[in-house]
Amino acid sequence: MSPDSGTPYLPAPFTTSPTPLTLITRGAEAALYKTTFLTPHQPCALKIRPPKPWRHPTLDARLTRQRILAEARALVKCGREGVRVPQVLGMSWEEGWVALEWIAGRTVKDVIWGWRAEGAEKGDAWLRGLLGKVGRAVGLLHSIGVVHGDLTSSNMIVEEQGSTAGEGEIVLIDFGLATQAVQEEDRAVDLYVLERAFGSTHPREEALFGVVLEAYAGSYKGAKATLKRLEDVRMRGRKKSMIG
Amino acid sequence: MEVITLPHLEQHPLSVCLFRNVQNAAFLRQQLLQANHDFEYAFLDASVLLSRTHVLAACFRAITDVLHARLKSHNVHSEIVFALSPNNNIADSFRRFGISDQSTNILAIKVGGDASQIEAHLMQHVQGTPVLFTDATLQTMRDPARIRKIYRVDVASKEAEAFILGTMALKGS
Ligand SMILES: Nc1ncnc2c1ncn2[C@@H]1O[C@H](COP(=O)(O)OP(=O)(O)OP(=O)(O)O)[C@@H](O)[C@H]1O
Ligand SMILES: [Mg+2]
Repeated sequence: MSPDSGTPYLPAPFTTSPTPLTLITRGAEAALYKTTFLTPHQPCALKIRPPKPWRHPTLDARLTRQRILAEARALVKCGREGVRVPQVLGMSWEEGWVALEWIAGRTVKDVIWGWRAEGAEKGDAWLRGLLGKVGRAVGLLHSIGVVHGDLTSSNMIVEEQGSTAGEGEIVLIDFGLATQAVQEEDRAVDLYVLERAFGSTHPREEALFGVVLEAYAGSYKGAKATLKRLEDVRMRGRKKSMIG
Repeated sequence: MEVITLPHLEQHPLSVCLFRNVQNAAFLRQQLLQANHDFEYAFLDASVLLSRTHVLAACFRAITDVLHARLKSHNVHSEIVFALSPNNNIADSFRRFGISDQSTNILAIKVGGDASQIEAHLMQHVQGTPVLFTDATLQTMRDPARIRKIYRVDVASKEAEAFILGTMALKGS
């Protein structure tokens, strides 16, 4: 069965709920619904990790638990240290769900695609402004000792501010692979993952990725050393792809 | 008294009443200690409550833990008290969030039941002034030093609620 077909899995108590759940995305690992939580006025991103029938049940339960807890722990830490991320409203690692504060806005990926679709008429400077924010957001995350683990332009939201889309702050999301108390190497790999993902998702904007790194360089004390390490990581990456 | 319906837990309405200047906390506490069935409430000391959302998050956790047969205490009402606590020590959670003989501002919560009967029962037995259960009222009742000691967070900071909800959600992990 492909993960994109069949009846969506919902754990209790969401199975019987008259409160609307709107499916936003459904990936291999998780489905994301928009709903409300705790009060009818609190919009919520409900992330559900259904059991994977192709995995051994014990292993599956352990992985689900690990991802949910990794995400919640990283989000709570970020929130406490003043890094803007969705707030954790509730969760159950047994049933595989976490209720997160809903962030109104569009993913960086959609914003960049939108920029291109409009014929880049907002100009390079505008896009550079956005990429600078991305670099600073990642730098701030690294400065508090959190590594994201899956940095892509779809795992960051440009928070809506008033009516102007694409002008707000960057909110990082999707922390299921996040780790804490990490080494320079981990931070460098985090950047490398973003660089590669950016290049394949935004081939025409690839040349501007340097703007992300420039902004990152000035964002915390160890940033320059991490960027130096990034060069080694790239080198290894290239060797591997030549062999592989 | 207010009846609150939590999204996704519509079959489990909460009857909630906040009282100021309660005179008979010792009596109420006695009823809980004697497991008097007429007093199946979560009685919380309002001085350690940050906000409405803080309380509702504990209720959501307690009710779902009951639905999944994961109770750590006797019933859903004691589980609400326990859910507020950052750690797994049940006695500790009762001492911190439950009422003491000296409590004066008390939040009473009952899950399910007939709202008008609950209201009548509370008005009859709690000697205090019912007030609106709002963030503004809670703010006048809370003791920032006690909350800071329990959760290790500055109550005045804008990150406080997110951190407290996160800590509660991570409990037992
Ligand atoms: N808190 C949120 N507020 C608003 N939208 C969100 C939020 N979290 C996620 N989304 C939307 O849902 C999409 C998928 O969410 P997310 O990236 O967390 O899950 P995922 O990629 O399926 O998970 P994973 O990679 O861990 O399997 C995001 O790209 C974003 O569009
Ligand atoms: Mg994602």
